[in-house]
Amino acid sequence: MHLLLANNSAAGGAPAGAFESIASAAGTGSSGTITFSSIPSTYQHLQIRAIVRTSTGTGTGFNIRLNNDTGSNYASHQLYGDGSSAAAAGNASESSITNGGGLAFGSSITADILGVSIVDIHDYANTSKNTTTRTFSGRDNNSTNGFIRLGSGLWMNTNAVNQIDLISTSGNFTTQTQFALYGIKAAP
Amino acid sequence: MPATYEPIVTTTLSSAILNLDITSIPGTYTDLKVIMTGVPSANDTLQMRFNSNTSNYSRTRLSGDGSTAASGRNTSQTRFTIADNKTTQPFFVEFDIFNYAGSTHKTMLYSYNLDRNGNGEVVKGVALWRNTAAITELNFFNQLGANFNSGTTVTIYGILKA
Repeated sequence: MHLLLANNSAAGGAPAGAFESIASAAGTGSSGTITFSSIPSTYQHLQIRAIVRTSTGTGTGFNIRLNNDTGSNYASHQLYGDGSSAAAAGNASESSITNGGGLAFGSSITADILGVSIVDIHDYANTSKNTTTRTFSGRDNNSTNGFIRLGSGLWMNTNAVNQIDLISTSGNFTTQTQFALYGIKAAP
Repeated sequence: MPATYEPIVTTTLSSAILNLDITSIPGTYTDLKVIMTGVPSANDTLQMRFNSNTSNYSRTRLSGDGSTAASGRNTSQTRFTIADNKTTQPFFVEFDIFNYAGSTHKTMLYSYNLDRNGNGEVVKGVALWRNTAAITELNFFNQLGANFNSGTTVTIYGILKA
């Protein structure tokens, strides 16, 4: 057996790098929306990392809306597997990114099991093009409710992204829910 | 105070080994990212455990082998089954382990890639360890007892939210 001891090189601190934490937010149990606002335009890309559970439902999730644009200015697609078959889906002209959103579990599922997601928004501050998102998300409960998703989203607007709304598809976000927003810098 | 995205441990094997264990993982981060690449000594199936625990693992996967897309699941396992490895080409696998030191059951996403210029596999998966204990140890091994060859590399990064 070969043992590798994890060297905690963090002791004593470390210099800042290209990947920075911007903000984090937890569910309150009384709201189905979490908002990151006043996002600075000083990064090259954004990433959201999330663990999510909702107050109702079984297999649930969250949709994504940018800059509080509630118009039919979004499209999304997904490639997914549900544990028995692989398939794809897509939507056009929708009011938020749905197929490219994240996955969660609701109150009908065993307690303390959450869905997980990584959402990437590349080049979010570039005003010469629309915004594309990418999501890798999954949930598993040791039963038949597992789901794995590769998603993409489009916001048909060239404005820089300065607000991100994460919108539950079923009830409120529980207090176990955590969203963390990170900024990725470009080379100087 | 740890940085936002920081390497915790990096290793490259100088000789073949049977079990690859990373221990004493600090609980000071939010998520872990693990990147592993290597070539097994024989065709075998990569397995993984947390904290040397031998129960309560499950996973749902999405895969493509160059001709067919498929999805499958395993429940109530004694370990995570990641993917099949071959001796001729290196595999690449990336794990994102969320809230690894928190009080909920532990869920991770993983991406596995292996291409052999004619056949191969890409796998995306979500895996659950039904245990609320903090993860302090990662255990890698192969199902049929193949070694991890010299040159196998593993890096663990800690990601810290605001």
